[in-house]
Amino acid sequence: MSAKLRPKTLFEKIWSKHRILEREDGQELMFVDTHMLQDGSAPAFEMLRQRKLTAHSPERAFGTPDHYIPTNSRNLMDLADPESRAMAESLDRDTKAAGIQFIGLQDQRQGIVHVIGPEQGWTRPGLLMVCGDSHTSTHGALGALAFGIGTSEVAHVVATQAIWQRRPKTMRITVDGTLATGVSGKDIILAIIAKIGAAGAVGHVIEYAGSAIRNLSIEGRLTICNMSIEAGARAGMIAPDENTFAYLAGRPFSPKGEQWDRALAYWRTLPSDPGARFDREVSLNAQDIEPMLTWGNSPEDAMPVTSRIPDPATIADPQRRAVVERMLGYMGLTAGMALTDVRVDRVFIGSCTNSRIEDLRSAASVAKGRKVAAGVEAWVVPGSGLVKAQAEAEGLDKIFVAAGFQWRFAGCSMCLGVNGDLVAAGKRCAATSNRNFVGRQGPGSRTHLMSPATAAASAIAGHLADARALVNAAA
Amino acid sequence: MQPFKKLEAVALPLTRANIDTDQIIPARFLQKPRVNDFGAYLFRDLRFNKDDSKRPEFILNQSEYVAAKIVVAQRNFGCGSSREQAVWALYDYGVRAVLAPSFGDIFYSNSLKNGLLPIVLPADVIDAILETLARQPGAKIVVDLEQQCVRAPGLAEQAFEIAPFSKHCLLTGMDELDYTLTHADKIAAFVRQYEANPFS
Repeated sequence: MSAKLRPKTLFEKIWSKHRILEREDGQELMFVDTHMLQDGSAPAFEMLRQRKLTAHSPERAFGTPDHYIPTNSRNLMDLADPESRAMAESLDRDTKAAGIQFIGLQDQRQGIVHVIGPEQGWTRPGLLMVCGDSHTSTHGALGALAFGIGTSEVAHVVATQAIWQRRPKTMRITVDGTLATGVSGKDIILAIIAKIGAAGAVGHVIEYAGSAIRNLSIEGRLTICNMSIEAGARAGMIAPDENTFAYLAGRPFSPKGEQWDRALAYWRTLPSDPGARFDREVSLNAQDIEPMLTWGNSPEDAMPVTSRIPDPATIADPQRRAVVERMLGYMGLTAGMALTDVRVDRVFIGSCTNSRIEDLRSAASVAKGRKVAAGVEAWVVPGSGLVKAQAEAEGLDKIFVAAGFQWRFAGCSMCLGVNGDLVAAGKRCAATSNRNFVGRQGPGSRTHLMSPATAAASAIAGHLADARALVNAAA
Repeated sequence: MQPFKKLEAVALPLTRANIDTDQIIPARFLQKPRVNDFGAYLFRDLRFNKDDSKRPEFILNQSEYVAAKIVVAQRNFGCGSSREQAVWALYDYGVRAVLAPSFGDIFYSNSLKNGLLPIVLPADVIDAILETLARQPGAKIVVDLEQQCVRAPGLAEQAFEIAPFSKHCLLTGMDELDYTLTHADKIAAFVRQYEANPFS
């Protein structure tokens, strides 16, 4: 069978289109369509200045500050730490000097880079996209090949619009069936990571497939692809379909007119061909997936909300037993207790994983007419200024504020807290973000990952909670 | 980039899987300029208490390991955030090689660009090295990039794989970006053809 006729995966089609040349050792130089820059990029621009290199294709990049910005205002002076402020200011200066489009804090389009890429239509099927942030895998939800890179690679891409890559292997994860009420994209991806492990997809690009994925909204797909990196994957992708095209139609940077028709015809050729071969196949039944939460310090430590905290005494492998004991100690949990008996101090609804309009609608449907439990500080941090405006147009902000949530400005915020939005040592946070690592939300912080509905239900209950009871009962 | 050829040094055994880059360097140090000594931030919250006093229970604070230049760890070392500062922290501390059954993809790539050699060895070999290091605290390991082998006390010599180009860059201190710039004409030719046919 000739190479042209051999069935190809979505990944292979994008890969071969972007290959500039191959090195003797098999690494390939890949053309980058779109380079997204956030406010961690200062060291990369410093590298370029030291080498007197300029931007190769500034029109193929855009930058927005998201990590080092306050979420209680749009004024950088509200950041306590001058070094933090300098990071956001550097991106403004560096992008302008390079001729790269900059979306600043005063622009309503500003937001988390992985939220505004799709929102503006910068993220499109068939593109190769990079960003100096591991959650760049998010953009694969629209059928792009998108992955995170390091600082040296950011400098490399700015200077050459290309990046060296070893061709990854492919893995297809098929989720078939119908999701139960109250189960979302976040629960699917946590169930996947629990199944394959935090290193389960190292060296692979994942394509998510199956009826449960096809039936998800674009927001749900973005959440799933976002956390591909937490399974170790280089990237996550979903075949573009009519939902994708409907989402992209009319976005500011989507093609228009005759260009749109040509793009659409091309995009329709991208889904994996029938019979295309993947290096690994994994499958899950959608109906088996319950609302998922993490209890430990790796995203793989996820379990259904109805579970109990693991008991090290029942673990035969001494290494694993020691790991579980250490995590229970750090997390302040008792073996055998019900997850839903774990009290929370903070709630964070936001991050590049779950800060889109559908996430906020889901959380608001749980919060509506209810009150955040006494002693719990609960935040909602929209993913972009436009998500914030949309939510306000729908009255979601009023629902949150009436329930006792803080309604804040867009940014990465408490996911990693480099802007000062931190969880104090020993405090426990129900979070819709992506990492429950030791100290992730601040030294000594304790993070449980979950969906927006579960986080909202936990805020109301004052402990980790099953949102399904609240979703089903009209408030 | 400083060349890496061969190293014989104390190895630090980290008998943990999934050591994420948030552990290697907490996020609050990412805003520091590169001129700083990032070695001071390495495993900061594992090495030090909030008041900057040392946590004696953390292995890097134990006298046998202070001079470690090699790290041996379990699977998925450097997973999580793409922060290249994790490599800078290891490098500035003095670490020049990390041995593990697998690495976070981005960490692996970042290491090669900074003169830090990531070595993938089978999990049972890593377990054997970790056991040796537990029995002989402060034992030295030899990492020979030219020969692509690792020698640990009491174990047979272990060969490892590395992409020839990456090996060449590490051995000579050559920079990937300089190499790419020599292909600027090929990139330009590609862009012309690509932009002429964006939808095919």
